Amino acid sequence: MNDLVIILPILLPIAGGILGLLLAKRSKIQSFIGIATSALGVLVAGLLLHTVSVHNIISLELGNWEAPFGISFIADKLAALMVGVSALVALGISIYSIDDLKASARSQWFYPLTLFLIAGVNGAFLTADLFNLYVWFEVMLIASFALMTVGGSKPQFEGGFKYVAINLVASALFLAGLGLLYGKLGTLNMADAALKLSQLEDASLVNSSAVLFLVAFSIKAGLFPFFFWLPASYHTPPIAISALFAGLLTKVGVYALLRCFTLVFTQDTSFLLGSIFVLSLATMVTGVLGAASRFDLKQILSFHIISQIGYMTLGLAIFSQLAIAAAIFYTIHHIIVKTNLFLISGIIARRTGSHSLKHIGGLYKTAPYLALLFFIPAFSLGGIPPLSGFWAKFALIKATLNEAHYWAAAIALLVGIMTLYSMTKIWGEAFWKASPNTTDTKKSEFGYSGLASYMPTIAFALITLGIGFHSQPLFSFAQEAAYQLLNPEHYINQLLSTDYVVAVTQAAP
Amino acid sequence: MELLNAIAIGAIAAACIYSLLRRSLLKFIVGIALLSQAVNLLVFTSAGLTPAAPPIIEPGMSAPPETIADPLPQALVLTAIVIGFGLLVFTLALSRRAIEAVGSDDLNNFKNTDT
Repeated sequence: MNDLVIILPILLPIAGGILGLLLAKRSKIQSFIGIATSALGVLVAGLLLHTVSVHNIISLELGNWEAPFGISFIADKLAALMVGVSALVALGISIYSIDDLKASARSQWFYPLTLFLIAGVNGAFLTADLFNLYVWFEVMLIASFALMTVGGSKPQFEGGFKYVAINLVASALFLAGLGLLYGKLGTLNMADAALKLSQLEDASLVNSSAVLFLVAFSIKAGLFPFFFWLPASYHTPPIAISALFAGLLTKVGVYALLRCFTLVFTQDTSFLLGSIFVLSLATMVTGVLGAASRFDLKQILSFHIISQIGYMTLGLAIFSQLAIAAAIFYTIHHIIVKTNLFLISGIIARRTGSHSLKHIGGLYKTAPYLALLFFIPAFSLGGIPPLSGFWAKFALIKATLNEAHYWAAAIALLVGIMTLYSMTKIWGEAFWKASPNTTDTKKSEFGYSGLASYMPTIAFALITLGIGFHSQPLFSFAQEAAYQLLNPEHYINQLLSTDYVVAVTQAAP
Repeated sequence: MELLNAIAIGAIAAACIYSLLRRSLLKFIVGIALLSQAVNLLVFTSAGLTPAAPPIIEPGMSAPPETIADPLPQALVLTAIVIGFGLLVFTLALSRRAIEAVGSDDLNNFKNTDT
């Protein structure tokens, strides 16, 4: 019974999505199904988190095929945490889009597609099989392709085409790496691959696969030389969809990097982690500079996704327990904060009729509570104590200093200041500046924000405050997750029988 | 045989990159189609080409009679072909709508969202 908990976060959204497709003509019932499924999803994710925190690591063999042969699902602490936060984001987005999609009258496919997307995301978090990971990526991608272009405005097609194109190339690279790895090892199970690779004498042969994986996941995560699709496309769809993508999708890439480079490819670490280290620093700097150059709310926020991704992968590159715990903590904090910032930028746009900072102003006077609501996630992103972003940056920079990477620490701090600069730019332009009094004729096009828009943003802001003022539980959980990642024998022994492990280790010369 | 396949993969990949870098949207799609073919062939080849019997167990036996071909890469390639085909169809539909919306199939006209 415990094991079934693993598969529920995948089955539930698929079932809800199918039901939603069947009722496509009745948008009220459909949105009810969407929200109810997401709410159930939060319960299921809570159950999974509880089970994992009791049993540490649980797994399920589909069809009772024993581990290296069948497809296995496994939930360790990192996976459970990611499933939990993705369920929260899905619920928030589902509620928020009641208003957002009423405005744009595009609701017919939104809920089923979102549920399929969540199923793909959860599948990617929970699977223990590399080819299965590829399949879940594709589930996630095809849903995101459709969501990106739903509604069909010209910028959506322009941005959406770039998004589709780069992701198809990334999938092809991932599949190529996977095929090469299978050719070398004869297995696709991650635990089995990790075990067989640890017996391998010459690890450099595997680097071709490892680098193909690195590039594929970096494209999905938006790391330095591969991020150009993100600011070109993320600002084009309706804001609820932008927020969902901004919060979750790039983090799936980060998760895949964390998983593969702590479990499978751990032989030639100096080369692989060294590359990730350099890419992370470059990502942080270019992302934040890109944000400084923009004047559109959604574009500034899109560039900030990139720079923050750099912090997460920097934690992976440093590869100490504290650093990886910081990366996990950072990921969780960032998913919540970034989703919230996008949702709030949607409320701002509806109030003022524009996303461009040049046409927004005076919100501090006319909407002081909105200002407060923006203040919390924005300054959490900038790393102001005692908000959640401060603890994330603090832990990461402490880990950097512990390993004597002083330059990296300096760059991380500098990028933090630049992030704060961008946030104060938004604050100064949108909230403090006198309203530029442009015509408000476009307002009606954006619709009206009611309770459904404010509820999720307030909830996310409260979670941010909660993580900030009481960060210990989440951080110790992240530490335990990092411990599991750095000691892959837990993962391997959970999936493979001891007889099998002994046979493999003895067969090696 | 491996060498022949490797040359074929390289040739297809080269054609794919050439098409991907063209300015026309439809040539880009041809490139994507070629890319998935090249990768499928790569998966198939790198798993090892064995000139052996198909992996079928005769009735009444518990194991196949002789050395058999590894069935897994074929299953992987089949899945990848299906997925690739679905994505290709979506991309075609998307590009049709995109050409209608933008009014051109020249990728130079697709950069309004970049800035």
